[in-house]
Amino acid sequence: MPENDNFETGLFFLTGGDFDRAGEASSELRKVLLSKDISLDIIRRASIAAFEAEINVIVYATAGMLRFTLDDKCLHVVVEDMGPGIEDINLAMQEGYSTASEEVRAMGWGAGMGLPNMKKNADEFLLLSDVGIGTTVELVFYLKPKRIKTL
Amino acid sequence: MTIRSILDIIDAVLLSDKERHLDIEVTVACGADLMSDVLAYSESGLLLLTGLNKPQTVRTAELSDIKAIAFVRGKVPDTATIKLADEKDIPLLVTGLSMFEACGRLYQHGLRGVSTLCILNARKR
Repeated sequence: MPENDNFETGLFFLTGGDFDRAGEASSELRKVLLSKDISLDIIRRASIAAFEAEINVIVYATAGMLRFTLDDKCLHVVVEDMGPGIEDINLAMQEGYSTASEEVRAMGWGAGMGLPNMKKNADEFLLLSDVGIGTTVELVFYLKPKRIKTL
Repeated sequence: MTIRSILDIIDAVLLSDKERHLDIEVTVACGADLMSDVLAYSESGLLLLTGLNKPQTVRTAELSDIKAIAFVRGKVPDTATIKLADEKDIPLLVTGLSMFEACGRLYQHGLRGVSTLCILNARKR
């Protein structure tokens, strides 16, 4: 990689049902971002969105992984899992819609805010899902954001 | 509002031996037991009041730049939670007050919540 101070990649494996470690991958990613010259607002948005994606793997899937690539222009996070997949993506994108169990809700998750919150925090959001195979979430964050402010 | 004042206002104890934690300032507060909601509607510089005394509360705080956590209803966290908070340098407070009472007292002393406008904007985005 020529003249690219920020260049870094990472890979973390996620285990379904391992709630004690939920957030470790996102926490490691955050550490990497904090060590670079990146604005705190972007770090916060990326940490929250990655954490939401990580929790989804732990709640719904058997296993998965979180990968990231960082360069001077953007942070690219891909979270893919071997899970049940999403039957109706439009429904899953609605705030408050969730198929999480009571057990998961008692742990503070499963309010049906995860996917919409990833979309809200990322500059680009892509969700691919195959029922019975798994789900992939791609999140892109521009390090010099050109976001349009809305009232 | 400093952690020092908060301890006094909500009759809380600080589960940390770091003196400097007392001088940490929070600018807004939020009361919630669902971490999903905290991740969706929080701001940085926040005090989180919650009844969820689990490690995931500390993770949520770390990843969304929450300054301090106050556990209400006397929910003392377990050692794993305290250890994680210590690692992440996030002060933990415990009060015997209910969520309503703790939030009410802090509001009365001038601490305000995450603005409604912020929640509406988040929904629109």
